[in-house]
Amino acid sequence: MSMSGISIETKSLDLFYGDFQALIAVDLRVPEREVTALIGPSGCGKSTLLRVFNRMNDLIEGVRVAGRVLIDGEDILAPGTDLLRLREKVGMVFQRPNPFPLSVYENITFGLAVHSLARRAEYDRIVEEALRAVLLWDDLKDKLQRSALGLSLEQQQRLCIARVLPLKPRILLMDEPCSALDPIATLHIEELMRQLKSDYTIVIVTHNMQQAARASDRTGFMYLGRLVEFGETAQIFTRPRQELTEQYISGRFG
Amino acid sequence: MKPARRRKLKEWLIEKAILLSGVFSVVFVLLIFLFLLREGLSLFRGESVLDFLLGKSWYPISSPPRFGILPLILGSVLVTLGAAAISVPIGIAAALFIAEIAPARLKEALKAGIELLAAIPSVVIGFIGMITLGPWIKNLFNIPTGLTALTGSVTLAFMAMPTIVSIAEDAVTAVPRQYREAAIAMGATKWQTTWRIVARAARPGMVAAVMLGIGRVIGETMAVMMVTGNAAMIPTGMLQPVRTLTATIAAEMGESVQGGAHYAALFAIGIVLFIITFLINGVADLFLHRSRR
Repeated sequence: MSMSGISIETKSLDLFYGDFQALIAVDLRVPEREVTALIGPSGCGKSTLLRVFNRMNDLIEGVRVAGRVLIDGEDILAPGTDLLRLREKVGMVFQRPNPFPLSVYENITFGLAVHSLARRAEYDRIVEEALRAVLLWDDLKDKLQRSALGLSLEQQQRLCIARVLPLKPRILLMDEPCSALDPIATLHIEELMRQLKSDYTIVIVTHNMQQAARASDRTGFMYLGRLVEFGETAQIFTRPRQELTEQYISGRFG
Repeated sequence: MKPARRRKLKEWLIEKAILLSGVFSVVFVLLIFLFLLREGLSLFRGESVLDFLLGKSWYPISSPPRFGILPLILGSVLVTLGAAAISVPIGIAAALFIAEIAPARLKEALKAGIELLAAIPSVVIGFIGMITLGPWIKNLFNIPTGLTALTGSVTLAFMAMPTIVSIAEDAVTAVPRQYREAAIAMGATKWQTTWRIVARAARPGMVAAVMLGIGRVIGETMAVMMVTGNAAMIPTGMLQPVRTLTATIAAEMGESVQGGAHYAALFAIGIVLFIITFLINGVADLFLHRSRR
């Protein structure tokens, strides 16, 4: 745990896709054990920013990054950064639920096996803990060997959250985690985020402003690659300091 | 006629034409099978099915003739298993390499190469096996002839490979990108992602690929006749000449008397082959079907 209470800090972060600059001089400080929401119109760079934190952008050809990104005080852009360790520490949940085409049980033990984190004798206990944390245990305890693809979308998305928990991540990145879910399931996942934030720092990208307002402690508004405004969610949605933020949250563009 | 009615008639004609072609392809298969049965089953008026399937000697022109096809079945099985042992691991590994690891240009080159391999006529592959592989195996193991079950297996492995690689590669490529992303985002290495997730997801398609490859090997005739030595004995090892079911039919059909027992026995072998490939394709279909669900 870092002393400062800051989990992620970016300093004049620029990111280029070839010639296109997708992030421009982003300075952001994400506090620990809070839910931070990134909002903004499509293409504003919010998902790109999220994918800087676990360096998933590395998979895209022609990406160039400049500036500094500190996670728990460590610069993750430094050469020689251990990406496997980084991704163990920074878990990610995707837009569409994407459980592996394996059993429920194997979905949860995958991370353990990959990082050799536990002995097999401990697997049963860890699977139960992870499923309990996302409130799936009672539904699935008799279906652990069933394929995860047979679950409902909400259950799949919960499972996708559950499968990163055994890695004991410090940070959970969520890239529009509810956009494939119905409104009821969306509220359930938001409730789950509120519970998880006592143990994890959560950064969520969302195009849904109500969701940001409901579920987050802090909100950053992004536009055309810049972080226009960042502050407490209540302040952003009631007394935005920037004209542009005000226009966006009042629905005048987006 | 009004345009609407004409369009309806056209629809009706096209629909029926397609239906007819579908019906015909099934009818032809049935007719072939019935023909095989008619010609082959007459053997069993004088011969028991068990003696035919489990008889240890195939002497079709001695008197009295003996029609035991166990040596031929074992010959086919041995050559096929050997070919599978060679082509399955290499084919699956090649498919994973092409689909997951190879850079775009190499990938295109390799796929073209595989297609080219499939385009080589089997008699040419048999020819190469006979002229180069046979003598090499003969010298390597210091045996009297290089035309053995092993030679057949290696030769046939080359023929099964294109089928296995291209179908397995399709299966691997069809695995959604989001699975890979999820695994990478959890800190899995490229290899862990490929082996634990992608290969698992593609498994039904891979099984189908293997089955279709094996189906091709069992049915192959020309190459196998050229390189296996064609001795109809019960084989005891990979370094002996063997004779397969297919090679027997091809080699002896010309010299059998139409309507005679030998002739019927060759058709009965055809029935056995038909059933074997039918079963193998059935299993492959089952897995392909499962992979789509």
